[in-house]
Amino acid sequence: MDQATAQVTANGVIAQNLTGNGPMPSRAGVGLKPEHYRDILDASPDIGWFEIHAENYMGDGGPPHAYLTAVRERYPLSLHGVGLSIGGAGPLDKNHLARLKALVDRYQPALFSEHLAWSSHDTVYLNDLLPLPYMEETLATVCAHIDEVQEALQCQMLLENPSTYVAFAETSMSEVEFLREVVRRTGCGLLLDVSNVFVQATNHGFSASDYLDSFPAEHVGEIHLGGHAEDSDDDGEALLIDDHGRGVADSVWALYSRALSRTGPKPTLIEWDNDVPSWPVLFAEAKRADAVIADRRSNRVRVSA
Amino acid sequence: MIPFSDIERDFAWAVLDGEASVPGPLVGKSGRATSGKTVTRSFAVYQNNVYASLIDALASRFPVTARLVGEEFFQAMARIYIGCEPPRSAVLLRYGTSFPDFVVQFSPAGSVPYLADVARLEWAWHAAYHSADATQLTLAELTEAGPDAEDITISLHPSLGVVRAPFPVVTIWQISGREGKDEPTQLPDGGEDALVVRPKLDVEVRRLPEGGAVFVLALKGGATLQEAASSAMQEAPAFDLKANLAGLITSGAIVSVR
Repeated sequence: MDQATAQVTANGVIAQNLTGNGPMPSRAGVGLKPEHYRDILDASPDIGWFEIHAENYMGDGGPPHAYLTAVRERYPLSLHGVGLSIGGAGPLDKNHLARLKALVDRYQPALFSEHLAWSSHDTVYLNDLLPLPYMEETLATVCAHIDEVQEALQCQMLLENPSTYVAFAETSMSEVEFLREVVRRTGCGLLLDVSNVFVQATNHGFSASDYLDSFPAEHVGEIHLGGHAEDSDDDGEALLIDDHGRGVADSVWALYSRALSRTGPKPTLIEWDNDVPSWPVLFAEAKRADAVIADRRSNRVRVSA
Repeated sequence: MIPFSDIERDFAWAVLDGEASVPGPLVGKSGRATSGKTVTRSFAVYQNNVYASLIDALASRFPVTARLVGEEFFQAMARIYIGCEPPRSAVLLRYGTSFPDFVVQFSPAGSVPYLADVARLEWAWHAAYHSADATQLTLAELTEAGPDAEDITISLHPSLGVVRAPFPVVTIWQISGREGKDEPTQLPDGGEDALVVRPKLDVEVRRLPEGGAVFVLALKGGATLQEAASSAMQEAPAFDLKANLAGLITSGAIVSVR
């Protein structure tokens, strides 16, 4: 697999080009929502890029494709799959891979990402990102699936760390060890979801900072930030749910800054998929992420000056 | 060492069957082994995510159906449907095609006899929204093609759907789909047939005149203009070919003639 090519744009931003489809700025982006199509096309807001869930654009035509085409003419795009079931025991769905390839060809995304999770069992699609134990068997399966994806799409993909609510007795290595080995064997990149780190750290009782500090930062091509809900488990301890239904929590913003100090500026997505807010509210979250990136960049300049 | 395929199978079954016990072997916080029972609330997050997201997907494409029976009833009905017929594709926008048939069979909804018809109309709307695009034929182009020739075949827009109902489904859908409280409205007697088509970006729903449904369905099946018109006249002797053809053109439902 080709490694990511990098170029320095006019304003000094390192832009990555994983798929060969043009640069992705190291700025904030948001998920493209039908509720905001008109806001975006009417005002052309100054935002770095948009991300789409691939499966929402697998219809034959209609408004989704018409609006996405118009948005794509103005902004870079990140294609984010939610249904490939890369972490599943069974084979990948060839038809689904073909549908993804068609989207890649049509919309020329700068990035393609999917999850370290499974969502299909036999012929049933469960519409959720379900967890897997981290062990030699699943490592081999995930790597074979990623090889297949990168071969089919002819580009490097990014694999996203999940949020999980249970863990498996069969697990024999840490998630970071697992991801590091996947990268080594397949040449894929990583999508670091900082919110998922925070959620998991709380749910499974480990240190989010330690997780971030051990994460293979040099392979991170994109970062996700999203809101989470708070519940409690059977022992009355905090149980966080990655619901993408509100703004990003302050504790997650702090972790984001810590993550950026290791990865450098990276394209950063604000995920807000449920109870979708008005465009100004979502745009404000993106600007907040941009401010953190700018702050990180100026700190670095000061240090190196 | 338990093979992952077994773990995945047990997990999937436990998620789909809300009554099933938490699959083993799971571990609780900090990796300490548990009997499985102590991660019940954690495991329930997955069950809730799966059902809630699929119920939301159905509610978003059957909004008037949901409004007619109320949120609580709709969610309960959708949950049973999901358990019986879970999605078979990761392309979730295709999910729900069999939901209207399920509603027909769902006896607790029997007191709302037109519910399944409304659901069929809403599915036709959803399918039209995501269907392939095509450029509609103008009246001038149709005239040029020789509309008097009765052996011509008409290609209809790929988004086009017809819903035939023994109840006034278009009227019910229009009234119930409006926001806010409505004045009591006298429903028309008898059934209504709906033409659903998306000529450009907006899905349009129209009532078909008498014989119109047979006519359009025959055209859709590849019949010539003459054949379709005589099928329509068998059902509705007063069938007006010119008016029906004009209606199809103004709906943007015709793509080409040959």
